[in-house]
Amino acid sequence: MKRRISHLYLGTVLILLYIPIFYLIMFSFSKGQSMNYFHGFTWEHYQTLFSDNRFIGIFLDTIMLALLSSLIATVVGTMGAIAISEAKNKKEERIYLAINNILIVSPDVIIGASFLIFFTAIGLHLGFISVLLSHVAFSIPIVVLMVLPKLKEMDRTLVDAARDLGANNYQVFDQVVIPAILPGILSGFFMALTYSLDDFAVTFFVTGNGFTTLSVEIYSRARQGIDLEVNALSAIIFLVVLVLVFIYYFLSIKKSKKHRIGGLIK
Amino acid sequence: MRTRKSFFLIPYLIWIALFVVLPILLIIWYSFTNSANQFTLQNYITFFTNGTFLMMTVNSFWYAFLITLITLIISYPAAYALTRVKNQQFWLMLIIIPTWINLLLKAYAFIGLLGGQGALNQVLRLIGIGPVNMLFTNTAFILVATYIEIPFMLLPIYNALCEINPAVIEASKDLGASKWQTFRYVILPMAWSGVESGIQVVFIPSLSLFMLTRLIGGNRVITLGSAIEEYFMTTMNWNLGSTIGVILIVMMIGTMLLTSQRKR
Repeated sequence: MKRRISHLYLGTVLILLYIPIFYLIMFSFSKGQSMNYFHGFTWEHYQTLFSDNRFIGIFLDTIMLALLSSLIATVVGTMGAIAISEAKNKKEERIYLAINNILIVSPDVIIGASFLIFFTAIGLHLGFISVLLSHVAFSIPIVVLMVLPKLKEMDRTLVDAARDLGANNYQVFDQVVIPAILPGILSGFFMALTYSLDDFAVTFFVTGNGFTTLSVEIYSRARQGIDLEVNALSAIIFLVVLVLVFIYYFLSIKKSKKHRIGGLIK
Repeated sequence: MRTRKSFFLIPYLIWIALFVVLPILLIIWYSFTNSANQFTLQNYITFFTNGTFLMMTVNSFWYAFLITLITLIISYPAAYALTRVKNQQFWLMLIIIPTWINLLLKAYAFIGLLGGQGALNQVLRLIGIGPVNMLFTNTAFILVATYIEIPFMLLPIYNALCEINPAVIEASKDLGASKWQTFRYVILPMAWSGVESGIQVVFIPSLSLFMLTRLIGGNRVITLGSAIEEYFMTTMNWNLGSTIGVILIVMMIGTMLLTSQRKR
C-alpha cells in the first residue's frame, strides 16, 4: 500500500472511531434536551451534574470501590503470583495459570450470573460488599498476569545473596523481592483500577437496590432516553482519559526509544 | 521455604475455590435442578425442544460471526496501513484512546446518532434518502458492536504484522513474487496468529453483549447473553438462566479450541 493510501485509510478509520465520542461531547454544550440539533452554547448540563448530590455520591462510591477493590486484588494477586513463581515444576505452573485465566476469558454475563447465585447461596445481602467482592475477584487474575513476568525476570541470585548476608524471610521479601517486582505490582493495581471503573455487566448482576456505580447509573439513565447530563459526564471522562494517556505516552517516550503503547488497550 | 510458600498461596487458593470453582459448580448445579431444588433435566429439554431458544442460539452465533467478520475486514487493512506510517506509536495511541471510554457511553452516543432525527438521518435526508428507522434494529446492534470491537481486533493483528522480518518480504519480492503473492503467501500466513487472537477477543464477548441489545437493539432478547440477563434479572428463573449459561460456556470452549488448533 502506498503511504498516502495508508494515511487516508487510517485517517478514515480514526474519524469513524471518534465521531460518536465528539458527537456526545458537542451536545453536552447544547441547550435543549435532545441530541439532534445544536441549540446554542450552554454550561447548564455541567452545572446540573455538579449540583446533583445523588450523582456526586455515586461518583465517590465508584472511586472508593475501585480503589479498595484494586488494593485488595493487588495484595492477593501479588501473593498468588509469588506462590505460582515458586511452583515445583512447569506442569504445576501451567495448571495454576489455566485456572487463573478462567475469569479473564469468561463472558461478563456468566461471571455476573454465577456470582449472583454464589452470594445468594451464602446468604450475603446484595450491595456494596457483594460488588466489592466481585470486583476483587475479577481483578486478581489480571494482577497475577502483571506481576508474574517481573518475578521471572528477577535475578534469583539476589535472594541468595540477601540470605547469605543474613537477611530473614521478611527482610528478603520486603527489601529484595518487592522492590524488584514493584513496576509489575503498580501496573497490576492500575489495570485493576481501570477494570473496576469500567465494569458494568458484573456489577449490574450483583448490586442490589441500595448501591449503584457510575456504569450502572449511565445504563439506567440511557434506557430512559437522552439525558444531556450523561453527555457532560462523558466529556469529563474523555478529558481525564486524554490527560492520563498523554502522560503515559510522553513518559514512555522519554524512558525508551523502543516504547510500546499497545499494552494500554482496555 | 515450605511455610513461606503456603503463606502466599493460601489467600490465592481461597480466591480460586470461592470465586472460580464454586461459581462454576453452582451454575452447573442450578442448570440441573428446578426451583424446588430437585434434580431434573427439564431445563435442557426445554432449551433443546423450544424453537425460540434454538433460533436465539443460531442468531447469537450469526451476529457474533458477522461482527467478527466486519471488524476483521475493517481492521486488517488498518493494521497493515499502521505498519507503513511514521509515528506509529502516536497513531496507535489515537486508536487505543476510544477503548478507554466506557462502553455504555459509546452505545449511548449511537442512540443520538441513529435516532429518527439524529445525525445519520440528517445526512441521509441531504442526499435524498428519507428518514430510515435504524435505532432498535438488529443492524444497529451489529454496527455498534463492530464499532466497539475494532481496536481490539486491530491491535493483535498489528503486533503480529510488526513481528514479520522485513527481510522476508524483500526476499519474496526479489524472488519475483507479485504484491498479491507476497501478501497471500508470506504476510497472511505469518501474521495469522494475530488474526486468531483478534477473532478470539472479539467473537466471545460478542456472544454476551446484553447491554447493547437492550440499549441499541430495541430491548429485545435476541442473543444468549441477553437471554441469561432476562432469566436472571427479569423473569427470575435462575435454573433456566443457568442452563443457557452452561450452554454458552460449552460453546465458548468449543470456539476457543477451534481457533487455537492451528498452533499445535
